[in-house]
Parts: sequence; C-alpha cells; structure tokens
Amino acid sequence: MSLILDIAGLRVSLRRGGHLVRDVSLQVATGQVHGLVGESGAGKTMIAKAVLGILPDAVRVSTGSIGFKGTDLLSLSPRRFRALLGREIAMIPQDPLTGLNPSRRIVAQMTDTLRHHLGQSRGEARGNALRLLQEVQIRDPEKVLDRYPHELSGGMRQRVLIAMAFATEPSLIIADEPTTALDVTVQKQILRLIRQMQERHGTAVLFVTHDLGVVAKICHQVTVLHTGQVVEQGSIDHVMSNAAAPFTRALMAATPRYDQPADALHPVPEAVHQTLRDAARTFDGRNP
Amino acid sequence: MNRSMLLRRLLQAIPTLFGVSVVVFVLVRVVPGNPIAMMLPPGATAADMERLRVAYGLDGSIVEQYVIWLGQALTGAFGTSISLRQDVLELVLGRLPATLELALFATVLAVTIGVLATMLGSLYRGRWPETLIDTINGFTLAVPDFIWALALILLFGVVLPILPISGRINPRLGTEFLTGFYLLEALLTGRFTVLGDLLRHIIMPSIALALPLAAIITRVLKNSLAEAMVQDYVMIARVKGFSRWRIIWQEALRNAAIPALTLTGVQFTFLVGGTVLVEKIFSYPGIGNMAIDAVTNRDLPLIQGLILCFAVIFITVNLLVDLSYALLNPRLRS
Amino acid sequence: MTTALLNWRILVGGGIVALLALIALFAPLLAPVDPLEQDLFLELLPPWWQADADPTRALGADSLGRDVLSRLIHAARPALIVAVVAGTLTMLLGTALGLMAGYMGGVVDTLISRMVDIWTSFPAVLLAIMLVALIGTGLHSVIIAIVLIDWTRFCRVVRAETLAQAEMEYIDAAVTGGLRRGAILFREVLPNILPLVIVLLTLEMSIAIIVEAVLSFVGLSVSSDSPTWGGMIAEGRQVIHQAWWVMAFPMGLILIAVLALNLLGDGLKTALDPVLRR
Repeated sequence: MSLILDIAGLRVSLRRGGHLVRDVSLQVATGQVHGLVGESGAGKTMIAKAVLGILPDAVRVSTGSIGFKGTDLLSLSPRRFRALLGREIAMIPQDPLTGLNPSRRIVAQMTDTLRHHLGQSRGEARGNALRLLQEVQIRDPEKVLDRYPHELSGGMRQRVLIAMAFATEPSLIIADEPTTALDVTVQKQILRLIRQMQERHGTAVLFVTHDLGVVAKICHQVTVLHTGQVVEQGSIDHVMSNAAAPFTRALMAATPRYDQPADALHPVPEAVHQTLRDAARTFDGRNP
Repeated sequence: MNRSMLLRRLLQAIPTLFGVSVVVFVLVRVVPGNPIAMMLPPGATAADMERLRVAYGLDGSIVEQYVIWLGQALTGAFGTSISLRQDVLELVLGRLPATLELALFATVLAVTIGVLATMLGSLYRGRWPETLIDTINGFTLAVPDFIWALALILLFGVVLPILPISGRINPRLGTEFLTGFYLLEALLTGRFTVLGDLLRHIIMPSIALALPLAAIITRVLKNSLAEAMVQDYVMIARVKGFSRWRIIWQEALRNAAIPALTLTGVQFTFLVGGTVLVEKIFSYPGIGNMAIDAVTNRDLPLIQGLILCFAVIFITVNLLVDLSYALLNPRLRS
Repeated sequence: MTTALLNWRILVGGGIVALLALIALFAPLLAPVDPLEQDLFLELLPPWWQADADPTRALGADSLGRDVLSRLIHAARPALIVAVVAGTLTMLLGTALGLMAGYMGGVVDTLISRMVDIWTSFPAVLLAIMLVALIGTGLHSVIIAIVLIDWTRFCRVVRAETLAQAEMEYIDAAVTGGLRRGAILFREVLPNILPLVIVLLTLEMSIAIIVEAVLSFVGLSVSSDSPTWGGMIAEGRQVIHQAWWVMAFPMGLILIAVLALNLLGDGLKTALDPVLRR
C-alpha cells in the first residue's frame, strides 16, 4: 500500500501573522479514506485548500511539505501543478447548488477535464460522461447530460459532481463536507455512493467534515483537529473505541446518533475548548 | 426560444409606442411660434395660410388632429419636410442605415474594449495593470462623447492628420451602393478599397461614442466578474487545472455578463442619442445630423418623423436586450 | 475631522472650480479686450508661442479676428450660471420628488417612479435638443431643459435612500416620539441624505456644463454673438485645418471644468463616506 498524500509539518499562516494550521502531518494511502475532522475554524478546510493550491490571498503555507506520490506539490511550477490538478487530484465541493456553473450544460462541465487533460474527442468524452452518470445511478443519463444545473435536484447535482471528480480516474479526491448541504436521507445515499466509487476506482480520499458520525461510516483513518493542531490521529476503530484526547471524546458526545435520544447530545464543554486554546497560544508564543 | 414570450414582449411594445406618439404629437403642437407662417414666402395671404393649415391637418380639435396624424403616421405618411421639400419617411429611411451602422459599430467596439479591459484587469488583479486600467476608466467615465469626438478630431485630424474628419465616404471614389448599409455592402461584395475608406471614416466617430460606454461596461462587468470569481464553480474550475484566462473566459464571464448586458441595452439608447452630436461634429450623414438641422430649421414634420424613428429604435433595442438574456441565462429559457 | 474632510481630490477639484468661478465673476476685469470686438486684420491669428503672433492676443484670434482669450473668459459666465442655477434647481426638484416618492409610497410613489422610468428611457442630449427647439433658444431655456430632463437623477437616488432611511430604527423612534410625518422628513431623513445629494450636485453641475456646451455648439443656447465655449467650438470646427486653437482652448476648458467637478464629487464622496455608508 503506497502513500498517495503525505503532508508533513504543514503550517498555514495569515500573511499579517497568526497561524491557522500548526505543524500538521497526515498520510493517505492508496484506496484509503482519511477523515479530517474538526469544528468550523479548526483548520481542516485550510489543509484541503493548501493541497489544492487554492488558499485565499491573505493566507500562505509557511513551512512543511505536501507530498503527492513522492513529489512535493509546493515545489512545482504553477504550470506543472495545473497539469496534476483535475487529472490526478480532484475535489467534491460542499454545496452542490453552487458547485456547478449555472450557464453551462452538464455535458460541457463533465467533459472539459477529459478533453483538456486526456485529449479525448468530443464524442469519446461524452461517452465517458454518460458511463459515469450511469455509475452514480442517475436516471435517464442521456437526457441529464444536455440539461442545465438548475434543472436538476440537489441530490442529482451532487451525484454529477461526484461523477465529475472521478472522471479522469484521479489518485486523490478531496471531499470538502460533501454531504453537509444535503438533507439526512440524501446524505446517507451520497455517502454510500462516494464509498462505492472510491472502492471501485481505488481512489484515495481526504474527507473533510465536522461530523464524527459521517467519519465513522466512511473513513479508514481519521485525524481530529482543534485550533489548527492534531489532537488525535489513527485508525477509525482505534479512535472511536478509545479516544485519548478529551476533545475527541467531547466531539463524540456532541455527534447525533440514531440509536440515542436527542437529549443525549452534549455540546463540547467550554473547559475543553479553553485548554486547547491555551495550548495553541503557547504554540504561537514559541513561534512568533 | 419561447414563442409566447417573444409575442408578449412585442405586445408590450405597443402601448409604449402609443405613449411616445402622443407625447410627440402634443410636444410639437404646443410649440410656440407658427410653423405655417415660416413655410410661406413673404406676402402670402391669410387664405394661403388657411390652405396650408388644412393641408397639414392643423384645423379641427386637438383629438381630431391626433387621429388624423396617427392614421397618417401608421401608413408611413409623415408629411413633407418643410425645409427639404421631400417626403419625411423617405428622408428618414434614406439616412437611417448610416446611423445604425455607426451605432452598431460603436457598440461592438465598446463591448470589445470593455470586455478586454475587464479581462486584463481581472487577470492582473492587484497588480499595476489593474491600477492603470482603473485610473483610465475613471477618467473615461467623466468625459462625455462630445469631448472625445473633438479631441479625436484634433489628434488624428489635425496634429497627426491620418484620418478624415468629416463625411462617411470619400465622394471621389464614386462608388454606387444598392442599400444604405455601405459598410456591410462593401464587405459582402468584396470591395476592399471602399471598405477601407468607409472604416477610416467611421472609426473616429464610433470611438467617440464607444469610449464612455466601454468605461461603464468595464466598471459593471468588473464588479460582477469579481463576484463570479469567488463562486464555487470557479473554484472547481481552478481545481480542474484550468488557467486563469480560461476560467475567466469559460466560467465567469458569461455569468457576469448578464448585468453588463442589461446596462449595455440601456446605454445603447444613450449611444444612439449621442450619435446626434457626434454625427454633427463629424458631418456624418445620419439621422442625428438630420435631427439637428431639422430642429434649427423648425422643420416640424421632419422632427416628428425623426423622434418616432428614434423611439422605434429604442423600443427595438430593449426588446433585443430582453431576448438576449434568455440566451445567456438558461434559467429564463424554460 | 478637518483632515478627513480635506483630501487632495477636494483641494484640487474644488480649487479649480473656485478659480473658474472667480474668472466668471470678474470676467470684464480679467479679459484683456472686448470679446465682441472684430478685427479682420487679426483673423485666425495664432497663439503667442507661434510665429507671427500678436502679444495683445495671447491665445490668438478666431475667424472674425476676435480675441480667443477674452472670449474664453467671458464664456465662463454662461457656463457657470447654467452649472449653478440648473444644478441647484435640478437638485431641488429631483430631491423633493424623490422624498415624496420614497416617504409617501403608494400611488404617489408609483406615479413618480413610472415617470422616472419613462423619462430615463430617452437619451438626455436628444431630449434637451428637442425641448430647446420647442421652447426657444436662450440661457433660460437651456436651464429649463436641464431641470426638466435631469431631475430623475436626484429623484431615483433620493427615493432609494429615503426608503432605506425610513426603515431605520431612529425613524421608528421619532414616530413613537410623536413627530409628524412632515417634521420627520425634514428633521430626520433630509439631513441623512444631504451628503449624497451634495455629491450628486457636483456631478449634475458638470453635466449642466456639458449640456450648455452641446446646445451652444448646435446653436441653441444664447445668441450667437455673445461668447460660449460650445459656440466657440462650433466656430473652431469650421476652421480647424487653418486654426486648431480656436476649438482646442474651449474644449480644454470644458474638459478641465468637468474633470474638476468630478474630482470634487469623488473627494466629497470619500470624505462623507461614513455618512454615505459606502
């Protein structure tokens, strides 16, 4: 089992000072789903964006490396990095409603990477797009190809986006909260679909979410983040059964479960947050 | 394209046209001064005057006059021009193609300049080319087409005399045209010397008309493009490994174009209004130039015909703009 | 406070505008010769830096041998009169209608808004030419034409702003405090939209200068012998190949006046920014 993604000592900082991600290391192996969990602002999205090279202008990677199949993505020229993006690395976005361009037909949006990166002809690419839509179980795929996004439901659009991400057979897919914007029943179907597709294509997935319940369903490995730092890392069974960090235990208690009544939920206690924030401050003091 | 939508829009234009016709009629009837008296040679009798009043339908009540006038207008009978002694409709239609060519050429220029400036500014966001474009744009926004026309004449007609400063075509070329659309006709019949001469004549007036519009397009398009560039689908396109140029062109521009298009439609009417002056400055033989002469000569039948002609242009343009939304925004199509 | 209100745009723009106003005010004292005096020996005389110039005609002479500099100075008067009078009247009419529409709502609002829509669908220059053609030429017609055409600019903005203001809390407070509607309009709403109106006024003044120039260019402003910038441009256009300066100087002055007013407006907008919330 070879490593696809190897992030080592990654630190993401604001240009005007202050760190958003502090010395995070994580590995994703071929065919593995790695959950990146944390509350909003914990830095999980920043890590995803750093891998994809789409950090906001005010933010930069200050130290560390992002290894992809043995090459450090951070050392690549923009042109060579762009050659990897969309071919070897793809993403599934959070919001299916805004992830598709409203003024382009589905077929155009699904085939542009095939044509750009793999040099396929229009007809060839269309055939592949059709096959992909069948694979994500969209009914009447031939018609859907010629539709505009607003003519599809939210769940269908997310399926299209998933199909799009797998189109070029990438080695790594970054899924950024892909189920958060969907309602619960659709959520379960989409999760199952991502897992099926990932297993069939042998793709490594970095699955970003705030929901430990989702992680438990889909991930092999998990990294728990708080204020930009790793508080827990390991295989899913290990972390779920004997979480060492008080934050992880608190997060688990705060995750809704179908087998427990809603009043069994407990928000993460303020004391836990405070301890971690103090730790973060110590970290900043060490690295001004 | 949806046929019922097209029909509805066409029907909506009718009351507008009716309103304009009433306004035109009333405006011209309340004019102080007696246009009839101006038409007659000195020494004309009261009987002569009465004869003319009847001939122009100026006797009878105001409503009667309007009905007569409207009936004539609908059949294209706008009367005879007082100063040029020719049929108004013939005069207006004879000059209209020149103005349409000028206005369309200027609009194409404005959109091209606007889109290019926006794309360059967006491509070099936060760097000096963007600042330069913003500065030039601020300046261009403040300067009206009138001043641009004069400045262009001074620059390329006098200081660096490389372009002709008046007319539409060099009369010495002695070419004959079947239609009024010289530019189009020369292009289609492959007369490239003539085409070159026509382009040399049209370029300055159309730039004068295009620059203010280009500045407005740039401003609006830049804002909406900046909005589009932070959308998720643009992020996806970046992650697909496309270049910034391709992302702007393929993903963002079309979605950003809708507000800019609305504006271009509204502004096109102002551009057509601008042709009045610009044609005068460049002695360009269009309806704008004719309108000024008609006003100076108090040629009421001609003024009426011209105003209605402008109104029809404006209404048509608004209609076309409405319809082109549907082309850009698939959501409106269904 | 004072430093925030006096940025360089206000200083430069305002300075030039003030200078032009002074020139207009003291035109008879500043002009070296009578602007109407014709001297056929001086016909199309070039400006001072060229050969065979006349030192008493610093900026040359036009086709009738009239002094360009003196005519420029005197022509500042109609331009400034139109800018100030037409600008102010337009502001008053537009603001009043905008306040009415925004504050009264209902039928009044619908009526005024419809009127604005119809008005603005016609290009202003065309309307101005038609209007002046109908009501006759002269400075007063130019002013009337500008007011009748351009009130919509103020009306639209003031209406929108009044609507926004009317939703704010302090209006509710004033209503519950027992103020009458009219009193609220003048005491609470008007002061809050005033900065915006002032910025628009500078813009309107630059438009008024352009419209006056345009109308005098086509011969529809003041009678042709008293000098106007637009009239000078029209005369200069006729002789452009022999004497470019007759057209270039008035054109330059209009450009300077328009840019200065725009700069002043921009500066005021920045200075009043917290009030404008933009």
